[in-house]
Amino acid sequence: MTPFSFAQTTADEIAKYRAMLADDNPAELYEAAGEELWKKPSGPKKSTLERCNLGLGPGVLNGAAAQLPRYFSDTKKVQDLESRLMTCMYVLQGVPEKEIVNAPMQEGLKKDMDAIVAYVVAQSKGMPIHVSTKHPKEMEAYDLGKKAFFYRAGPMDFACATCHSADDKRIRLQDLPNLTTPAGAAAGWGTWPAYRVSSGQFWTMAMRLTDCYRQQRFPFPIYGSEVLTALSMYMAVNANGGTMETPGLKR
Amino acid sequence: MNLHRRNLLQFTAIFTLMASAGLITEAQAEEWNKAAFEGKSLDEVFNALGTSTPEKSSLISMNAPDIAENGAVVPVSISSNLKAQQIAILVEKNPSTLAAQFFIPAGTESFVSTRIKMAQTSNVFGLVKADGKWLMTSKEIKVTLGGCGG
Amino acid sequence: MGDPMRIRAAENNGVVDVKILMKHDMESGQRKDASGKLIPAWFITMVNVKAQGKDVFNAEFGSAVSKDPFLNFKYKGSKGDKLLVSWIDLRGDKRTDEATVS
Repeated sequence: MTPFSFAQTTADEIAKYRAMLADDNPAELYEAAGEELWKKPSGPKKSTLERCNLGLGPGVLNGAAAQLPRYFSDTKKVQDLESRLMTCMYVLQGVPEKEIVNAPMQEGLKKDMDAIVAYVVAQSKGMPIHVSTKHPKEMEAYDLGKKAFFYRAGPMDFACATCHSADDKRIRLQDLPNLTTPAGAAAGWGTWPAYRVSSGQFWTMAMRLTDCYRQQRFPFPIYGSEVLTALSMYMAVNANGGTMETPGLKR
Repeated sequence: MNLHRRNLLQFTAIFTLMASAGLITEAQAEEWNKAAFEGKSLDEVFNALGTSTPEKSSLISMNAPDIAENGAVVPVSISSNLKAQQIAILVEKNPSTLAAQFFIPAGTESFVSTRIKMAQTSNVFGLVKADGKWLMTSKEIKVTLGGCGG
Repeated sequence: MGDPMRIRAAENNGVVDVKILMKHDMESGQRKDASGKLIPAWFITMVNVKAQGKDVFNAEFGSAVSKDPFLNFKYKGSKGDKLLVSWIDLRGDKRTDEATVS
């Protein structure tokens, strides 16, 4: 067996493994918890999130995640899903952003956020990704994201581009999507947030990007910060036309 | 007292409670007490299940991947044309060989699908008890870590 | 009381296909924490499913059942059957959830 054909068989077998796990994704448990949180009166204002506007109108969740990040006229900035949810949790429920930002990953308010994210992205599953750059701030965010994507830094002089800007690259058995192309970006952006079986955890996009930073030995980005929104914008716009397969399931 | 023994005593207490609460039958509480889950080898588990090495049978099917991208979650289904009373999944190279066992009442199909942890590449055995007799099938499942990202 | 399960049960030609996702860490007792200490075992040990008050499935789990356990089985039943799924874990923590067969 040539090395190439062996690799092909392995790739096929792994595809079979992933297909066997495609239904009954444990992310559904997070979705259910998120739905409860969405409808539960909480925070100092004892209010639900049911009036949260994610870009399609107050409380409209169907397809909302598929058009994020986007510019919001009330906050006058481009926001990704987690940033926008923090806005809603503050405006509707009175929960200060800082409390969410400072909560440890996957604990307390971040744990609630993970569940709410799972619930919201599930309402866009199967829908086309369509993110706009019509507003000047949206274009700005895209440009900043592109810059951040190619920015080499850290002790290993890596950038996102080091792993994600060419076709047919892999690390061990993980194929690395080329995030600069429509197909590659859709493969990446469209399948996160996801449940990771290796850790048994649900990872939001912020968690996924933070871990990329960790892998590059960069300092962690601040939760909800501009760079996370910008990178999200870059990937999402490149992925336009692709399909939201969220929540995904990853090894 | 080591952790294993303490856990076993907890099992005993819990299952006695469950039996008295009618949640499981006395027979099932007894079965658990036999510490089949403590078996560290195929033979020990076979013994705990009350059988010698079961015969291989083509009447039992196992649906599982050849390669599991991550050993933490390996989907395994066992089904049979026989009328199963009990189904068990064993992982030869796991520290605790018996992964799970299932009791099938009349009216329930001889089928189960679940997800198990595998410590390393190993033979996985699907056992079915039908008509008081244990039969089995097996398959090697390769386990790979996968890498970073993705 | 444990976290809610997700139960899907659909009837087709007199057979109900039941798929259950349980929320549980299923700590095997094999893992070590950052300081090298063994994290104590904590996993679901028994699962019972009743339809219309009668047992339709019983499972015993060991330490090798995956986190957030999944269970799928099939029994002869009808639309509208009331399902009761219960589990108990090593610490005696329990959870029971209901579902109606669609």
